[in-house]
Amino acid sequence: MWMGLSYVCWGISVVLAAWMLYDWFNVDTTYSEETLTSSREGELEAVSEKHRI
Amino acid sequence: MTAAVETAQTTTIHGDRVSLLRVLGPAHVWALGVGIVLVGEFTGWNFSADKGGALAALIVCWVVGLLYTSVAMIDSEVTSTVAAAGGQYAQAKHIVGPLMAFNVALFLVFAYTMLEVSDAILLGDTIVAKAGIEGLTHNSFIAATIVVLAWLNYRGVLMTLNVNFVITAIAYVSIVILFFSVSPWTQGAVLKLNELVTPGNALPYGWIGVIAAFQFGIWYYLGIEGTTQAAEEVRSPARSLPYGTMAGMITLLIAAAMTWYVCASLMPWEYLGITYYPLWDAGKLTGSPLLENLLFIATLLAALASANGCINDAARAWFSLGRDRYLPSWFSAVHPKYRTPYRSILFLLPIALAFAFIADLNQAITFSILSGVLQYTFMSINIMMFRKKWPLGSIRRGYTHPFHPLPAIVLFCLCMVTFFAIFLGFGSQLIAMTVFYFLISLWFHFYRYKFVRRGDQFSMPWPKPQGY
Repeated sequence: MWMGLSYVCWGISVVLAAWMLYDWFNVDTTYSEETLTSSREGELEAVSEKHRI
Repeated sequence: MTAAVETAQTTTIHGDRVSLLRVLGPAHVWALGVGIVLVGEFTGWNFSADKGGALAALIVCWVVGLLYTSVAMIDSEVTSTVAAAGGQYAQAKHIVGPLMAFNVALFLVFAYTMLEVSDAILLGDTIVAKAGIEGLTHNSFIAATIVVLAWLNYRGVLMTLNVNFVITAIAYVSIVILFFSVSPWTQGAVLKLNELVTPGNALPYGWIGVIAAFQFGIWYYLGIEGTTQAAEEVRSPARSLPYGTMAGMITLLIAAAMTWYVCASLMPWEYLGITYYPLWDAGKLTGSPLLENLLFIATLLAALASANGCINDAARAWFSLGRDRYLPSWFSAVHPKYRTPYRSILFLLPIALAFAFIADLNQAITFSILSGVLQYTFMSINIMMFRKKWPLGSIRRGYTHPFHPLPAIVLFCLCMVTFFAIFLGFGSQLIAMTVFYFLISLWFHFYRYKFVRRGDQFSMPWPKPQGY
């Protein structure tokens, strides 16, 4: 059982790592660098007020 | 349905900016802080018994508890005022200056990444010890721990800390169940404290043993200051951060006292000081298979919760460095859908894996403790400067800690004692780390700082400090 669990752990690790790399590539090619790095310290309060629910 | 879609669209990207999400409450802050720390009750604190005996482990439990109570009070005041990702880094930037801030951010990243590595190694070793099969190594369990938790952090902070809340609560409750299962009110039935801790063996190395025990006494509470990294993602920083941090500290003081009492009453100090699994061993010694298995699972959950919180905190500190251009701004990217610092999470992932595969558990723990104590030393100086530059009444504070400057003085003195204790056990590592921080400071001052947009980094709308 433990050896089987060990192989499952390797499998999950590879799948999730691959998913993150794929998503990273996807995001970086879809959005501009300016948009992705646009977060600014201290502007959050003003930004969160713009929520419309 | 239409309203739901509209909500998702309007909250994904606010105009031109993609920011972290304010979705957390006090319970998440508690889960982050206690989640990082609680693993220290399952392993780590007990090595202080090896340094100075069982009574020394209790003395440092209380004295280091005082150190961390000072940390929690000081941190709550400053962070409820400087509510930004990066925690102590953002505090240092506004109160001391950029070079201090750069160093503090590195202390944070080192402390949390090395603690994450230690947690993953502990989890892998615990499973291998339970399995008892020849040929089974811990590598696959280490890889799965680090990658799965990085994935969870990548997907969003709310789910990450919801998971942390549940697994931390289960691990905590297991300590309470163990405590009440051994009839703590009756000595002699299960517990034998009066036989195991006697005047003859309580302090086998005298008071120098108590000083040496400080090095591992830190493990009772190491990481509670990590709550501040959630500052930019809590809905109400002024309320949630002090409340979550203080509640976490109270929780940990109770857990630490229960843990010492049960373990010191079941194991002789010579064994308690060298085992990697004091609570799991205590579960075994009760003779109850249920308690044994509960404590085994709780050890795994505590390690998971700690590694999870560490990934969260290290990534926020790294992200903040990128956002202020102390490091390339590439690291300051926020995921437009999950609203997490995804590049920082991914960048730190292979570093943690590499250390976990090649480093020894003791080395990883020591580097984590060293970086943590350097950070606490900074905090004692930081609060003195904060109160001097912006006295009470000059700016709005979410929380004001009592008895100033006593907590700062106590914190500074205890940090000095801890440095001495670390020097006794790991002097070469202490010197190597000090040299490393000195060299990296030179690099920052003479090379990197020219890339920083100096006016942009100070974001708090405070009046000029007194005396300037």
